[in-house]
Amino acid sequence: MRILYFAWLREKAGIAEETISLPQTVTTVAELIEWQQQRGEGFAEAFADTAVVKVAVNQEHVGFDHPVSAKDEVAFFPPVTGG
Amino acid sequence: MIKVQAEDFDVGRELENLSSGNLGVGGVSCFIGLVRDMAGDESIQAMTLEHYPEMTEKALAKIEAEARTRWPLEEILIIHRYGRLEPGDRIVFVAAASAHREAAIEACHFLIDWLKTQAPFWKLEETPDGGQWVDARSSDDKAAGRWVTAGRGAEKDPDAAE
Repeated sequence: MRILYFAWLREKAGIAEETISLPQTVTTVAELIEWQQQRGEGFAEAFADTAVVKVAVNQEHVGFDHPVSAKDEVAFFPPVTGG
Repeated sequence: MIKVQAEDFDVGRELENLSSGNLGVGGVSCFIGLVRDMAGDESIQAMTLEHYPEMTEKALAKIEAEARTRWPLEEILIIHRYGRLEPGDRIVFVAAASAHREAAIEACHFLIDWLKTQAPFWKLEETPDGGQWVDARSSDDKAAGRWVTAGRGAEKDPDAAE
């Protein structure tokens, strides 16, 4: 799975982009976030307050109950502030 | 038409191109967003706009398509810049052209409201205390929310994914 991070989530996680092997137990965005929270200090900090974490799967905004699979591109970012 | 670019744009030329050669256009409405020099009490030296290029194109195309289902529009133009911008610089330009003013003005308002809550851009402000990421405003969600029931065509909740 390709994972992208933007804005302060990128800074806290310390990485802009990575490819991971998805654990079999992870089937939804919520489970992916729980897995991220266990990956070390930077990730724990990035995902500490999930109220301000937004997610896109294959470049579409989705909710935390959305399914994820190994071939997806998942992006994590704060609420958008364009315009 | 959608353009996502680092470079500035010429407002006059963009507006002229939008309706040029289309004699069915009776009105053009536009909105231009600029970088301010203050955020609250804090002075801003510059801001850097980060975005998610693959998703930006898709999100803006969806916003354009949604506007076209709601209003009878001849042309739509969305230009959004990224990279480092200074106070006074243009950030965003949206314009809608239609046979009549109502559709053009409403669509323009809709485009900028939905862009604010849907397009994957993030602003990092440079202040005397260092860089700070701009927080999303609940007033932006409210502004986008007004279009959930207003306008013509299909109703779609911009926050349905949340």
